[in-house]
Amino acid sequence: MNFSPGDRVIVKDDWPETRGPVHIRTPHYLRGHAGRVLRYLGDHPNPEDLAFARPAAQRSLYHVSFPMNELWPEGREDDEVVVEIYEHWLEQP
Amino acid sequence: MNIVETDGEALLVAMRKLLARKNLVTAAELAERTAATDKASPGQGARMVARAWTEPEYRALMLEDGTKAAEAMNIPMRGMPPLGVLENTDAVHNLIVCTLCSCYPRAVLGYPPFWYKSAAYRARAVRDPRGLLAEFRTTLPDGVRIHVVDSTADYRWMVLPKRPIGTDGWSVEQLAAIVREGDMVGVTVPSV
Repeated sequence: MNFSPGDRVIVKDDWPETRGPVHIRTPHYLRGHAGRVLRYLGDHPNPEDLAFARPAAQRSLYHVSFPMNELWPEGREDDEVVVEIYEHWLEQP
Repeated sequence: MNIVETDGEALLVAMRKLLARKNLVTAAELAERTAATDKASPGQGARMVARAWTEPEYRALMLEDGTKAAEAMNIPMRGMPPLGVLENTDAVHNLIVCTLCSCYPRAVLGYPPFWYKSAAYRARAVRDPRGLLAEFRTTLPDGVRIHVVDSTADYRWMVLPKRPIGTDGWSVEQLAAIVREGDMVGVTVPSV
């Protein structure tokens, strides 16, 4: 567990699907965007490996909140999108 | 053999036999899971909501650990993803979506409604939640913020709606009867 509630994070601007077959649980519309950790949701086997029946390491999962105006030009500042993101997709700003 | 064109019933029988022969799943376990799946419906979630509205301790448990709260109502959760419950308040309204696929808290709400899996719902919930709610004829009081919960990974989420005014003194059965599946997804709010 590397992040705490309240931490500012950025979702990696990475596009593994352009490099070959993958299974990704990080929605494309969040990549490269800044959010805030809301809560820790436990450790789970990495679904990116599970999907291919590979040995899957335990990875920490976080609920991360993004203001709507961070994601969409017409988004409201006070509305949020809250998404489960695995730690290996999160970076410190 | 093309698996897409295979007779589904024959495939199911063969699969069941194979699982039993390899000692992966017993017939009794399969029957138990089938019964639990058949029993899952929005009525289960509605019972949880009604109890949370009338018992502060149960409400606290539900918000802390949805899986335990479901099990406390004899809803089978073994082997299911963890359940999280998010509460609607005077300040925040929650709306659940799965933009990647169709993750849905089936253990407590049953099969998702048809629109939940539609590309339109999934795309618009995260981009235009207020427009989407308006089409469900849901109006939120001024000043209420929306949290759109994109259910993307290992949790399943349900909404604990606000208890509507005009329900003082109602029994849990009466309360459960007014809670619809949309209220627990957040596209609608319970009303009397």
